[in-house]
Amino acid sequence: MSEVIRVENLCYSYPEDEGTPAVPALKDVSFSIEEGSFTAILGHNGSGKSTLAKVLCMICQPDSGKLFLHGKEMTAEDITDADIMKARREIGMVFQNPDNQIVATVVEEDVAFGCENLGIPSDEIRRRVDEALEIVGMTRYARHQPHKLSGGQKQRIAVAGTIAMKRKVIIFDESTAMLDPLGRKEVMDTIIRLNREDGITVLMITHYMNEAALADRIIVMNRGEILKDGSPNQVFGEPESMWEAGLDVPQTTELLYRCRQMGYNVPLDVFDTDECARIIAQAVLNQEGRD
Amino acid sequence: MKTDIAFGQYCEGDSILHRLDPRAKILLAVLYIVVIFMAKSATAFGLLLLFSIGLVLVSGIPVRIVLNSMKPLTFIIVFTAIINIFWMTGDTLLFQLGFVKVYLEGIINALLLVLRIMLLLICTSMFLTYTTTPISLTDGLEQLLSPLKKLHVPVHEFSMMMTIALRFIPTLIEETEKIMNAQKARGADFSQGSIVRRAKALIPILVPLFVSAFRRADELATAMECRCYTGGEGRTRMNVLKYKGSDLLAIGAVVLLGAAVVLLNLYLPGYSLTL
Repeated sequence: MSEVIRVENLCYSYPEDEGTPAVPALKDVSFSIEEGSFTAILGHNGSGKSTLAKVLCMICQPDSGKLFLHGKEMTAEDITDADIMKARREIGMVFQNPDNQIVATVVEEDVAFGCENLGIPSDEIRRRVDEALEIVGMTRYARHQPHKLSGGQKQRIAVAGTIAMKRKVIIFDESTAMLDPLGRKEVMDTIIRLNREDGITVLMITHYMNEAALADRIIVMNRGEILKDGSPNQVFGEPESMWEAGLDVPQTTELLYRCRQMGYNVPLDVFDTDECARIIAQAVLNQEGRD
Repeated sequence: MKTDIAFGQYCEGDSILHRLDPRAKILLAVLYIVVIFMAKSATAFGLLLLFSIGLVLVSGIPVRIVLNSMKPLTFIIVFTAIINIFWMTGDTLLFQLGFVKVYLEGIINALLLVLRIMLLLICTSMFLTYTTTPISLTDGLEQLLSPLKKLHVPVHEFSMMMTIALRFIPTLIEETEKIMNAQKARGADFSQGSIVRRAKALIPILVPLFVSAFRRADELATAMECRCYTGGEGRTRMNVLKYKGSDLLAIGAVVLLGAAVVLLNLYLPGYSLTL
């Protein structure tokens, strides 16, 4: 497995505005992302997670620190616009508001938009668009008008637009935040399938603990710094430090944590509701057996 | 649905007219306008009227809708007719009311001019607004005008702006409704008082609408940049417009119609339009 993204000592401050001083959004952030991995970046509002995404997409230039994409340093002095365009072909981004990232008035035209920008021949675009719509399960809506679709469907269109460009890395910037539970599930299922079946590297920014628990790795951001970095078990295994940072843990973890405080012997790293219920029932039975 | 109103007067359908290439339809509309202006004799106008009725029948659009579309023009039609009937002078005096003299030529002129206005309206709506979606119209215009790119006319940029505008009209309508409801919930009243009062009541709607439109524009620009948009240079299209046999046939038909109109003007000039 090779490294697709590496950042070293990244710092970024929002420039000062009238009256308000410059706000440091990222302070000395370093990590690397493996190809084909599924990483969640967790943090509450203002923790710098969206800023991080903008830096990774090269929309914001970091104040200091280095950004490597596929081993190429994108923060070097001699990087041209053409290099940035080339790097952008590899990294896609799906934003929070589904309405503000759809350009065309027909679903398939919007999916084709990115490919059209790359100057790909027409019949090749056609093939890729059909394939991408198939992957996100929106083939039936190819000729529909985007504004008549649900939020979850719009987000899947945005995902299709990214995979039609054959991008291997997709960053989801709170893409489920504005959706209802059903839409959130649709998008999460699509994300997981893309990662598991198509080997796409996923970087998911979120503040839903349950979604983060589905990732292989969680990076917790707090006040522009990395607070924790590890597997969901490691990160949620110590709920106290998460609570100290003003963050939650999945409800299952919290419940198990309380059970443990009451003297039951239960693990903390269970994120499935049914599984959690089974474990607690088992623990209670064991306890009664012993008494 | 309310949000459908924004999408022009396009009538869903699958007629020959609907299926023509949008570029061909723009050309057809222009050609047909030229033919209408060439017509002088009553016979030529008769032919054009027959042709236009044919167009309406072929398009499958209800006649009622076509007639309704002329309502806004009632004033212009009546005005043109009155001016021509009372001010036109000629050889055959029909009757006289005080200083007002009405000539036969005036009446013929009035009728033909009114007919011309109606024909112009029918033809543009038949070829363009009723049978072509705004988006394919934009596409067609972009490709028709693409030679102007050499003269540094920002053709692609204009068509992109049109596309985005069309895309966001329903979104903004929805947003306006939301803001209106929010303001109503706080006791705003949009339906009472003088015009000035009502206009003032709209300010608390327009301000948040503008702010949100700018925020949307900013986010959309970022999203487009992330999708490698760099302008029209080196861009390809998924759906390339192709002229079909029927497009050439339609253009040929209108050219023939023009020839027929010229011949009728020359050889059957009875009751001609005089200017």
